[in-house]
Amino acid sequence: MYVWIWRHLPGGVPWKALQTLLLVTGVCALLLFVIFPWIEPKLPISHVTVNQ
Amino acid sequence: MSVEDPPAGPPPVPRARHYRDKPNPSTADWVRFGLRGTGQTLITAGLVILLFVVYELWVTNIFAHEKQTKAHNQLEKEWAQGKDPLPQDDPRLTLPGGKQATIPIGSGIANLYIPRLGPDYHFTIVEGTDDGSLEKGPGHYVGTALPGQIGNFAVAGHRVGKGEPFLNLDHLKPGDAVVVETKSSWYIYRVKGNEQTGDLNDRGTDGIPGREIVNPSQSAVILPVPDHPGQKPTEKLMTMTTCHPKFTANQRMIVHAVLARVVPRVANRLPKELSGGTL
Repeated sequence: MYVWIWRHLPGGVPWKALQTLLLVTGVCALLLFVIFPWIEPKLPISHVTVNQ
Repeated sequence: MSVEDPPAGPPPVPRARHYRDKPNPSTADWVRFGLRGTGQTLITAGLVILLFVVYELWVTNIFAHEKQTKAHNQLEKEWAQGKDPLPQDDPRLTLPGGKQATIPIGSGIANLYIPRLGPDYHFTIVEGTDDGSLEKGPGHYVGTALPGQIGNFAVAGHRVGKGEPFLNLDHLKPGDAVVVETKSSWYIYRVKGNEQTGDLNDRGTDGIPGREIVNPSQSAVILPVPDHPGQKPTEKLMTMTTCHPKFTANQRMIVHAVLARVVPRVANRLPKELSGGTL
């Protein structure tokens, strides 16, 4: 997968490296700000109340 | 025959850069392909889970701290304007028709100080125990007593992440002060249990311990008389709930405290229980 992405990025190595950095940042942001906040309440890890 | 002669036959095929570029991948190539794919997927999953841990332990705290600061500033502003989010006159909060006076969910109602957890320990308690409220700070169980009232002022708070107000709730010992500041008063609660022996499990004369670990379904711990359904309350109690053990939600840690004294709130003065306090 990673090899495939690397080969399909246009440009030379420095340009590819920059795009890779942007991709990684984008994926991390998506996980941290969208996916994790959405999935977190569904996981039984941070429930602190007793059932009422 | 000179050495400069071109080699006979077709020119050599350039070596494939990748096994999938080979015209006829062999079984071994496919196995390699499969193993590499699995390996990369597993490494990716590991990194995602690691990132989730970073999110839980660090990122949620940043967000929660922002919300807590906002709730705190809002409450201070209301107090400065002479407004108190807590209803004043009716001690039982009951309106004609048996309805309960409602405080807006998610708004700050009081400040919490626990000297045992550090001189800087303070959180603004908000109304409500839904996810959104608990992200702002410790949340007051709707319908339970308010600070200083007869009954049980019950508060839930996160243990790990989301501002983690109750991270070190297990450090509390019998007799430790839990100070609640409202617009009108300072309420000094003391953690129950046996102060002589330091035994938090000691149920004392009223049958209520300083600390107990219970199942999440055991809602009796926030009753007006904790663990005693149907009993009429006479004491002014405070109960804090959080998850237990740390990082899980299998059980709940419950800490009970009882009101020891009340001092009217005076501008710029703190109760004796807090460092620099004189009241």
